[in-house]
Amino acid sequence: MEVKDKKQILIVDDSEMNRAILADILEDEFEIIEAEDGQSAIMILQKKHIEISLMLLDIVMPEMDGFEVLEIMNQNNWVEEVPVVMISAESSPSAIEKAYELGATDFISRPFDSSIVYRRVNNTLMLYEKQNKLVGMVAEQIYENEKRSNLLIAILSHIVEFRNGESGLHVLHVQSLTELLLRSLFKKTDRYNLTPSQISLISVTSALHDIGKIAIPDNVLNKPGRLTDEEFEIMKTHSELGARMLKEIPFYKDEELMTIAIDICQSHHERYDGRGYPNSLKGDEIPIAAQVVSLADVYDALTSERVYKKAFSHDKAVSMILNGECGTFNPLLLECLKDSEDSIRKVIENSTQDYNKKKDIEKITETFDNYEELSTFESVLESLKYERNKNEFYAAMSKEIQFEYTAFPSMLFVSGRGAKELGIEENILNPFDDVKLIECFGRENINNFIEALDKTTAEHPVVQLEFEMTRDGQRRWKRVIVQTIWDYAQSPKFIKFYGKITDIHDEHTELANLKVMSSQDGLTGIYNRVAAEKLIKEKTKINPDHRFAFIMLDVDDFKLANDKFGHIFGDSVLKYIADTLMQSIRSDDIAARIGGDEFMLFMDYKYNLDMIIDRVFNALNGIYEEFPVSVSMGIAKSEDVGTDFNTLKYCADCALYTSKKNGKGCYHFYDDSMKEVLADSSQDIDE
Amino acid sequence: MTVKECYEAIDGNYEEVISRLRSDDRVKKFVLKFLDDGSYQLLCDALNEKNYDEAFRAAHTIKGICQNLGFDKLYESSASLTEKLRNKEIEGIDKYVEIVQKDYETIIKGIRELS
Repeated sequence: MEVKDKKQILIVDDSEMNRAILADILEDEFEIIEAEDGQSAIMILQKKHIEISLMLLDIVMPEMDGFEVLEIMNQNNWVEEVPVVMISAESSPSAIEKAYELGATDFISRPFDSSIVYRRVNNTLMLYEKQNKLVGMVAEQIYENEKRSNLLIAILSHIVEFRNGESGLHVLHVQSLTELLLRSLFKKTDRYNLTPSQISLISVTSALHDIGKIAIPDNVLNKPGRLTDEEFEIMKTHSELGARMLKEIPFYKDEELMTIAIDICQSHHERYDGRGYPNSLKGDEIPIAAQVVSLADVYDALTSERVYKKAFSHDKAVSMILNGECGTFNPLLLECLKDSEDSIRKVIENSTQDYNKKKDIEKITETFDNYEELSTFESVLESLKYERNKNEFYAAMSKEIQFEYTAFPSMLFVSGRGAKELGIEENILNPFDDVKLIECFGRENINNFIEALDKTTAEHPVVQLEFEMTRDGQRRWKRVIVQTIWDYAQSPKFIKFYGKITDIHDEHTELANLKVMSSQDGLTGIYNRVAAEKLIKEKTKINPDHRFAFIMLDVDDFKLANDKFGHIFGDSVLKYIADTLMQSIRSDDIAARIGGDEFMLFMDYKYNLDMIIDRVFNALNGIYEEFPVSVSMGIAKSEDVGTDFNTLKYCADCALYTSKKNGKGCYHFYDDSMKEVLADSSQDIDE
Repeated sequence: MTVKECYEAIDGNYEEVISRLRSDDRVKKFVLKFLDDGSYQLLCDALNEKNYDEAFRAAHTIKGICQNLGFDKLYESSASLTEKLRNKEIEGIDKYVEIVQKDYETIIKGIRELS
């Protein structure tokens, strides 16, 4: 690389003058970032502490002073990554002492000498650079070593399997299963004092569980078919043989890996109830590493094909284990097995692919290793920078409002575009109490969000809410989706979330429109039959004791109007009827067109039904565009026939038919004498 | 008027400042910048509003800048005021404020002639 980026120095001072003087001294050689108080400094660190090489920090500042900045840097472990040089007129010994205690690297008092500032900054950077390089080298060395020892263990265990005629997958499966079970156990209990590093050590070491088999005679080890009792006794010695082989190694006796390996070899055929071998250990007398490996071993044996058996399915294997068909296991581990079923299934299904993938990854890392300029440490840094630039680019392009929140300290970072759109700051300290934010979203929306957030767990980390907010005087629907992030170092602890807000107003309005449209009659805009039936059924269900009237009506001689003046005129007559109906009923009443020139009305009344019917009837009869409109109506009352929809409609139909038969342009109430009238009629009077 | 003459006029310590900031140009640049610095105004406003925390920070900032620029007199008067304010000794503080004002105005007058 020809052009080397200038190192970035963050200057934090509330006086612009002081920042300017420092910048003047350093800007030829460094890229200067300025912050005018503690809060802005924290926000800058939050975003890019990885890229900042050094920080010059004043002590006395408004809102958040230099000591508070150091404290937050300690909480976030930034103080180990970014060297801090204090520059202050506060030269009392106690202030200097406090700064050093909080992790400051150096302290320069005012008035400062420009060349001393310059020298000290450079010296500090050099020291840190060396340290970083060393950290990088050590990390790579450890990584290399671990890779090598994993490789050796893999070779060793593979030799056993090779001799055994088993596939190399068994070791891989047992390793993955052991790790899954241990992780689940780790979450469930602290009874075994497991640490993450032990989990990985036990998983790696699990590969050695069967090394004792190397000393088993071939005719027993690879016998096709059942072993005799005598042969089985020989086979059983493999656990003690393995343990003895390891114990006889003169070196590394105190290594944790060695003791774990011995435990696993020795005890991976013991059973929780004491019925295993070789020592009939019981319960937690069996080392936990061996307990886990034995369960993993049994599971994989069941789900793999062997000379003497076919492979069982995952479900079958789990139910056999739970039923105790393979001996008794620690009930806690059985719970872990059940809890991790999904992951286990995945591991076994993907292991072959995984195996190949691992090979690919190794190839890629090898290529990187040969690339001298890029150490692992630096390349991680590079890729982090790259990812951030990429995200910023997408955020700028997207119409969504993206944001990120950290719990310690409580800060919200909103994408530039989003902040502009909402009229809020990009960085907000204590956002849930921020006046502007509350004003923007409304207290209720924020409270609902906090409530939903409180319900998240490490297992269910996602929040999704739809809400309405006012922006520029307009109510709009929005959807917020948030993913919470949990720290697993101890028991899961919420540390941050990120997410986005999308505008779903159009989608929402569309949906509401569709709902209305599907219940409307296309021509007249009043309800259609389906919608009316649904509403009527709801009404009668809620108030079964009320008095209801069900009215059927149709336009007399409508066919005539249609034939004489054409369909367009016919349609406008129907619209006129619908409009008149809507005007003459109350808002609670239901009016619908149920087809052709047939309409229906449904009303809830207390008394004086005659008057109401009269009013509607008279309103509908009149002249429309010189065409005399007259209607016939039939009315059924719930007090006579009950509230069943079909009965009501049938009876109203009978009454309507009676009106038609009696010369049209009139209405009739249903009574029992009309019961058979529809059944008797063989012809429609209107036709 | 040279920077050195300006320092003589305002009773500043030119020798000391040039030894720290190294170049005449740099000193001149920041001496001129002092005209635009808002700390003094901030101090006056804060004192008017009886906001003594804010006044303390402003006085503290002035003290730091004067120290850096070798404005010894204003440094000393603002340092005394800073200590009074730090300890919340508000009684009789006007006396200290007056000295700071006097010293500040002398400096501003001197710098105006430089520009």
